[in-house]
Amino acid sequence: MTDFETVARLPQDERTLLMPLVRTTRIFWMWAAVMAATALWGGFAYVYQLRHGLGATGLNSPEFWGIYIICFVFFIGISHAGTLISAILRVANAEWRRSITRSAEFITVLVIGFGAVQPVLDLGRPDRVLNIFLHAQAFSPLLWDVLSITLYFTASSIYLYVPMIPDLARIRDLGLRPHALYWFLAIGYRDTPSARHALERLIGVLAVAVIPIAVSVHTVIGWIFALTLKPMWHSAIFGPYFVIGAIFSGIAALIIAMAILRRVYKLEAYFKDVHFNNMGLLLFVTTILWFYFTFAEHLTVWYGGEEAELATLYSKLTGPFAVPFWLMVACCFVVPFALMSRRATRGVIGTTVASVAVVIGMWLERYNIVVPTSLHPRLDAAHVGYMPSWVELSIMAGTLSGFVLVYMVATKFFPIISIWETQEGREKSVEEVSERVASYLPDDIAMVDS
Amino acid sequence: MARWGMAIDLERCNGCQACEIACRSENNVAVGGPQVAREHRTISWMRVHTEIEGEWPAVRARFVPRPCMHCDRPPCTLVCPVEATSVDPEGIVNQIYARCIGCRYCANACPYTVKSFNWRSPQHPASTLPGLNPDVSVRPVGVAEKCTFCSHRLQKARDQARVEQRVLREHDYVPACAESCPTGAIVFGDLENPTHRVAGLAHDPRAFRLEEGLGTQPKVYYLSRRN
Repeated sequence: MTDFETVARLPQDERTLLMPLVRTTRIFWMWAAVMAATALWGGFAYVYQLRHGLGATGLNSPEFWGIYIICFVFFIGISHAGTLISAILRVANAEWRRSITRSAEFITVLVIGFGAVQPVLDLGRPDRVLNIFLHAQAFSPLLWDVLSITLYFTASSIYLYVPMIPDLARIRDLGLRPHALYWFLAIGYRDTPSARHALERLIGVLAVAVIPIAVSVHTVIGWIFALTLKPMWHSAIFGPYFVIGAIFSGIAALIIAMAILRRVYKLEAYFKDVHFNNMGLLLFVTTILWFYFTFAEHLTVWYGGEEAELATLYSKLTGPFAVPFWLMVACCFVVPFALMSRRATRGVIGTTVASVAVVIGMWLERYNIVVPTSLHPRLDAAHVGYMPSWVELSIMAGTLSGFVLVYMVATKFFPIISIWETQEGREKSVEEVSERVASYLPDDIAMVDS
Repeated sequence: MARWGMAIDLERCNGCQACEIACRSENNVAVGGPQVAREHRTISWMRVHTEIEGEWPAVRARFVPRPCMHCDRPPCTLVCPVEATSVDPEGIVNQIYARCIGCRYCANACPYTVKSFNWRSPQHPASTLPGLNPDVSVRPVGVAEKCTFCSHRLQKARDQARVEQRVLREHDYVPACAESCPTGAIVFGDLENPTHRVAGLAHDPRAFRLEEGLGTQPKVYYLSRRN
């Protein structure tokens, strides 16, 4: 019996959710080839940069940082999709999380490497990168960043893996190929009530632990900018502002992933309208928070009226960066606010459109943070521009494609929706939730008094 | 212990840029050429900035030579992840080119924009090769660099003084820019030593420092123009 026949005979949840592991369409291979080719092109561009030095980029003095640092903040921001959102939903006991958490956690673990590699791509001397450990200088925010990202990667990998163990054990027991992979990853798990109980307690602890770690990651990235004295970087709001921005773009990335998975793997029964509605509400809340932070930040700069700060501010509001700035406002606020504030447009299409806008807008936000400030130093504002070279753009396309490719491959080896949690939802949650709601209701006074 | 500093008299500076040239040849600063200049990637450790004041015909040009400020509280050294730049006990902000990973965080942190980066392999035209200074290392591609107050000259001067069994005198250690300035606008010495001219100039009523409000405490003082 082939793997496909094994899976085809299973009941609905297992059949639907394991089908991507045993059946691969031609369209999948086509997209995988496109992604692999783009990633390889990005790799070629990096080899070119290694040979020619950072002169191959469009960077200059004073535009010392560009696309790589923008993508660094952007990708690490996307990585907040998973772990943080999944952890918050678990801790809050949100029952609708069950079909969402796995796909979210995979985004985190798979994108974080592509984010973390960006500052290394940006190094003038990548051959000396280990100096960060050999000659670590504890006061450098870059060092804090290395530590917090490493910790976040470790924690979110564990947080992805542990809730996947029962599914891996089930796949092992079904005998799907590659046997060795599932045998190894299932680490001898047997789905007994006591094992399940221990697992759930561990998940509970992990969910609480990863939240502060996730918050620390983007806070420290914000501090990389905020701890310099540069106009419009030196801002106390940057830590929390970056965290909100990360969650914002993370939610958007997750909605896009859900919409694609739903379509290509025919998961309409699992990613339902209500999931998009609820994610859309989260997107709506973060849209408003993003606007609030952005407004507070820009008002403070404008009202304070310091010369160097104003030069940077006006270059965004009315100057050479007006297009990326107002496009950012449209993508991060106008579009998601208009679409997510109404139930009618919080369906699959509406949330997906809003999410695409937010992801583009949040990339622009990082562009608007990095570039205008760099081009407006306190002394002698240079009449210099910044135009990324083909090398930078190729590497950006390559890393994005690389992430999409590994995500596609991951869905071919691991069920992208948690099977056991879905089943648990069916078997236990309805009763549990009824009991929980009943416990919220007022007690009988006669009973309490006696 | 000495605390090396500089005073630049803007009244005396006539914008001749001799300091730039002297610095360039003393410190083996790469020669960029027109292409590099177009890309805004020229490396210079000392640069004479020009500010035009007033409307024609009452126009005045103001020249402000700007080396590294050698701050007592330098923002660049704080952010370096590998301690490739640090303040030495005598206040000179030094660089270790062989350790720098080229992240350019220091260049971003510097409020005076005096850090340069080697975007490409530095070029030294064949005609300049015999004139390279053996006391200063030639920087490789991918590292940051900046003015060091010609600290190699301090080492040499100190060795010489030791050999001659005497203390270091004021004119023993002078950076190339100060040495070459034809109008004597650049004065260098120990800010803590009252016999050095620079110590007095730092307290001159005309003395100010760039972006003093940032709290970086630069050791380069400027003497403003008398009108």
